[in-house]
Amino acid sequence: MVNEQVKEKYVKIFLYFTASFSILVLIAIMFFIAIKGMGMLTVEFLTTAPYRFEYGGIYPQIIGTLYLTGVCMVFAGPIGILAGIYLSEYAPVNIITKILRFFVESLAGVPSIVIGLFGLAFLVYYMHFQISLFSGGLALGFMILPWTVRASEEAIRAVPFSYREASLALGASKWQTIKEVVAKAAAPGIVTGLLLGLGKAIGETAVVLLTAGSGLESFLPRSIFEPVASLPVYLYMIATQGHTSEAYNRAYGAALVLLGIFLVINVFASLLRNYYIKKHRVRFG
Amino acid sequence: MSNQTRIETRNLNLRFGSAVVLKNLNMSIKSNFVTAIMGPSGCGKSTLIRTFNRLNDLIPECHIEGEVILNGMNIFDKKVDVVELRKRVGMVFQKPNPFPKSIYDNVAYGPKMHGMAHGKKLDTIVEKSLKDAALWAEVKDRLRDSALSLSGGQQQRLCIARTLSVQPEVILLDEPCSALDPAATAKIESLMVQLKKNYTVIVVTHNMQQAARVSDYTAFLYLGELMEYGEAEQVFKNPSNKLTEDFITGRFG
Ligand SMILES: Nc1ncnc2c1ncn2[C@@H]1O[C@H](COP(=O)(O)OP(=O)(O)OP(=O)(O)O)[C@@H](O)[C@H]1O
Ligand SMILES: [Mg+2]
Repeated sequence: MVNEQVKEKYVKIFLYFTASFSILVLIAIMFFIAIKGMGMLTVEFLTTAPYRFEYGGIYPQIIGTLYLTGVCMVFAGPIGILAGIYLSEYAPVNIITKILRFFVESLAGVPSIVIGLFGLAFLVYYMHFQISLFSGGLALGFMILPWTVRASEEAIRAVPFSYREASLALGASKWQTIKEVVAKAAAPGIVTGLLLGLGKAIGETAVVLLTAGSGLESFLPRSIFEPVASLPVYLYMIATQGHTSEAYNRAYGAALVLLGIFLVINVFASLLRNYYIKKHRVRFG
Repeated sequence: MSNQTRIETRNLNLRFGSAVVLKNLNMSIKSNFVTAIMGPSGCGKSTLIRTFNRLNDLIPECHIEGEVILNGMNIFDKKVDVVELRKRVGMVFQKPNPFPKSIYDNVAYGPKMHGMAHGKKLDTIVEKSLKDAALWAEVKDRLRDSALSLSGGQQQRLCIARTLSVQPEVILLDEPCSALDPAATAKIESLMVQLKKNYTVIVVTHNMQQAARVSDYTAFLYLGELMEYGEAEQVFKNPSNKLTEDFITGRFG
């Protein structure tokens, strides 16, 4: 007989290496970007506007990215939460609800370039919102909507039935119960879901490229209907068209800043989640 | 003490889908007494008291026939506002279920939802409810703490205070002590006896001794049928039904 214990040991070592490998890839990427981009992190780079591919900083790109995700969240946040409430609390179990849910889930699988194209056709041209902060934010909102809906629905579903019963038994209406008890207990889950959606939106390139701007804008938009720069599009542009070491360095610098913003949001999301869990001692999905 | 009927069921039948759970129940429950409902697991005790505040409405496959008269009015009547009914008929659940809010906010919740009070007046209601639930002394210095930091027995008394805060007429308690230790149980039992001065108290219990200790009227439910109902002394000393006797003497249950 083959020695099972030896076999066990090899399996374990093998699994250990596969797990380590995936972590290593992540660390390697971060390390690579950090090393390459670190040199660019000067006050000047962070506070001035770009000039062609090789000169200047990325100030409008940083702020533009924040603006875009802001508009995206103002749109996708409330709709996601309300749709989540509808799906978990009000939607009857029937074919229409099933179809609705199927569409929401399918939307999640649509490639972002397709959403970008739709944004271009519908928002930019048909609705005349132009290539703008508004079009870009909205198109990003379309992209993350399925995630915010799903996250809210699941967080709301995870709230124990006993809370609802207790509230209704006190003579609170259904809406009062949802607003005052269920939504509050689900808040950590909802907020985490929204922040993770935000993380997706921040790094999104294709959608923004087609709807928001060319990435190299050196001014901040003065209105919501003007083009806006963003870090991912800037990065894409100078990395594919820069061809000089100055341009590549700027791409790494922008990548590092993007990674930094992304990490801050993720850390913030988990801190917020822990804070809520501690405060309310609620558990959720 | 008045001797008037608070709740009366008339030919009450209830089924979940095709499963018949309550069979032709006729009983009248007196104001300002403690009425205990006993019976083996699954006989329909919870279902019965959940019809009194129409909490079974939440279950789509639940079908009810017959009447439940509260103060002369059938609660299934179209004119009845369920929200108003539930304010008048409060409920304490088997497992303590305080909201994940502060102690204060748990008790203030009901009055706020009904727009009954705010500010100082709300503080007064919260304090009075907590006092009536015999919890005030233990929590008065930590009203802003999370209700979930309380012990099980304290949580259950908080749930009682929460129920009292909207000034109901009837208080339904569904095995309120089943998750509690003997000391906490004793507290809640004496509380029930206190509460009957101002409220009509209906308590579901598995526990014969508890029913004997706290109730003035006792019902014995078996497979959805009311086997025995009368003054507690009568039921315990001299049950008219063989099944009741078996249950009381612990031969089954
Ligand atoms: N939502 C429901 N759907 C279908 N059947 C149900 C539902 N709730 C209760 N029942 C059934 O109704 C019957 C009575 O249940 P109920 O909870 O009223 O019993 P009980 O006397 O309170 O029991 P216990 O002492 O275990 O709490 C049981 O057979 C139960 O399976
Ligand atoms: Mg029960």
